[in-house]
Amino acid sequence: MAPTIVSVKNITKIYKMGEVKVHALRGIDLDIHKGDFTAIMGSSGSGKSTFMNILGCLDVATTGQYLLDGVDISKLDRDELAALRNHKIGFVFQSFNLLPRTSALENVELPLMYNKGVSNKYRIERSMEALKAVGLADRAHHLPNQLSGGQQQRVAIARSLVNDPKMVLADEPTGNLDTHTSVEVMDIFQRLNEESGITVVLVTHEHDIAQYASKNVVFKDGKISEQLAVDNRRKAREELSHISTIEEDNQ
Amino acid sequence: MKFTNLFKIAFRSLGKNKIRTFLTMLGIIIGVASVIAVLAIGQGSRNSIQEQIKSLGTNMIIVFSSSQHRGGVSSGAGTTQRLTVDDALAIAKQCPDIQYVTPEVSTGGQVMYGANNWHTNVDGVYSSYFGIRKWKIKYGEYFNQVQESRADKVCLLGQTVVDNLFGSSVDPVGKYIRIDKIPFKVIGTLQKRGQNGFGRDEDDVIIAPFSTVRNRMNHVRHIHLILASAVSDKYMSLAMNEIGDVLMSRHKISNPENADFTIRTQVQFEQAADATSKILTILLTGIASISLIVGGIGIMNIMFVSVTERTREIGIRLAIGARGKDVLLQFLIESILISFIGGFIGMAVGLISTNAVNTFMHWPVQITTNSIILAFVFSAMIGIFFGWYPARKAANLNPIDALRYE
Repeated sequence: MAPTIVSVKNITKIYKMGEVKVHALRGIDLDIHKGDFTAIMGSSGSGKSTFMNILGCLDVATTGQYLLDGVDISKLDRDELAALRNHKIGFVFQSFNLLPRTSALENVELPLMYNKGVSNKYRIERSMEALKAVGLADRAHHLPNQLSGGQQQRVAIARSLVNDPKMVLADEPTGNLDTHTSVEVMDIFQRLNEESGITVVLVTHEHDIAQYASKNVVFKDGKISEQLAVDNRRKAREELSHISTIEEDNQ
Repeated sequence: MKFTNLFKIAFRSLGKNKIRTFLTMLGIIIGVASVIAVLAIGQGSRNSIQEQIKSLGTNMIIVFSSSQHRGGVSSGAGTTQRLTVDDALAIAKQCPDIQYVTPEVSTGGQVMYGANNWHTNVDGVYSSYFGIRKWKIKYGEYFNQVQESRADKVCLLGQTVVDNLFGSSVDPVGKYIRIDKIPFKVIGTLQKRGQNGFGRDEDDVIIAPFSTVRNRMNHVRHIHLILASAVSDKYMSLAMNEIGDVLMSRHKISNPENADFTIRTQVQFEQAADATSKILTILLTGIASISLIVGGIGIMNIMFVSVTERTREIGIRLAIGARGKDVLLQFLIESILISFIGGFIGMAVGLISTNAVNTFMHWPVQITTNSIILAFVFSAMIGIFFGWYPARKAANLNPIDALRYE
């Protein structure tokens, strides 16, 4: 069996809004192994965003244990969490979150900028490599506003890969994209997962997007309501070639 | 993050808002420039006052009559004239650290030449007067011992008197003028000295031999002043004590508090004038520093706007692994760059405007290295001080909230 990347045991998260306590998570247990492609699903208010923040080490659970790659993150301070995010996690956000007026290449370089052990030469080479992996090597010096939404999201994916993370966390990565581009983005995730063995955790509320993952975890009212393997997994590559065939026919 | 990269980021983000960056810098530029200019003008005026006083002769000692006690009654200063020519001669003879001594009598008079006339002071002195006051001849020559002993009707004119009687470009040597109807031969003119530290025109004077003024014009036994000079600056206080001792014994006074004369030196005038201009400089520098602080508040304000504007960027940086320190430094370096570059430009503007004041308004200026260092260090500190709080605010943002910020 592949080594465990994420090991979550009985995690709760309670927000205090004045007098009222809000139980966002009510005891979550989850294991994610290397090479998994997990989709976390649930409607808004189900606690999936809170869980995502804890998984991404942006937030700390109120109780329970979270081991990321064997490290217990509940004992870490702010700077140590930052270092952990820098070394072990890649983020892809719904709204791309690229730095404006900064070239694609420099956006991709950003995580390595905050890693003192990386030389300038390696940083640039590695970033070009990551851009190549998402098929945007020729757009390296374009600014985000010169790129389409799909291209921006691919730059963001390249940025999430540049530090060779243990896990890529994608929070609604297709939320701002049309169907065709969504399929393109999912194709990249599937390829990275299958060809490079990268662990992907996808947060989405769209059922058909979750079908690209190999495993679905459904959240409801701060708990996991079901975990199931995806039977008829969608293959983005096939869909893309199908779409392009239709487009060619139309022409 | 590496420092070079931090600087690159800071430069770029300042470059993205050029006008805003420039306006923020303007506060610092004006502050630094005015501090440098004010200090330079203040130092310049102090120097010119000191130079003027020095040109009067730094080792000059002035003795004049003061109040005296007689039977318990004090009379006002200068109401009695107790100094005599013999006092002056005794000082010359008995004080080893005195170089020159002269008695001085003064009178006013209407001076005429041709159709022109002018009212001025006529001072009667020995020729050693010119040595004491370090006053050089422009045309002609000083009077000599023989003319003094014969009470010859000869005189030297100050430049203001020359201007009013003859016109500025005329050499009046050899001409005859009338002072209160007595004809005097002009044997020389004195170099222009301008106003003294107290605003009096030094050149509005006629100098004649002591005996001439006393015997032919003034007719008094007592004299107004004794002027003396010490052999050098270092022996000033010694010379003053010697004069005091001689005069006390001659006037038969045992208690120095009852002395009927006062001894003054230029040092005291110098100190008084210096203190005044010092206070003025401090005051003006204070006002200029306030503008520098206002400039600093401008930086703080803009940095706050910048932090708010870039909340999302900060969120991204924090999420992908920037530590608080990295974000703090990023913003701190920006504010330091603003104040440092502003300080540099302000320094240039300060130097240029100081030279302009000197060239066009003919004010004396002196730029000191200290004032430049002071303004520069001050502006850099303002960058750190006023940049710290906004930068800390940025560094302490919660990445989750910052990422969601619209």
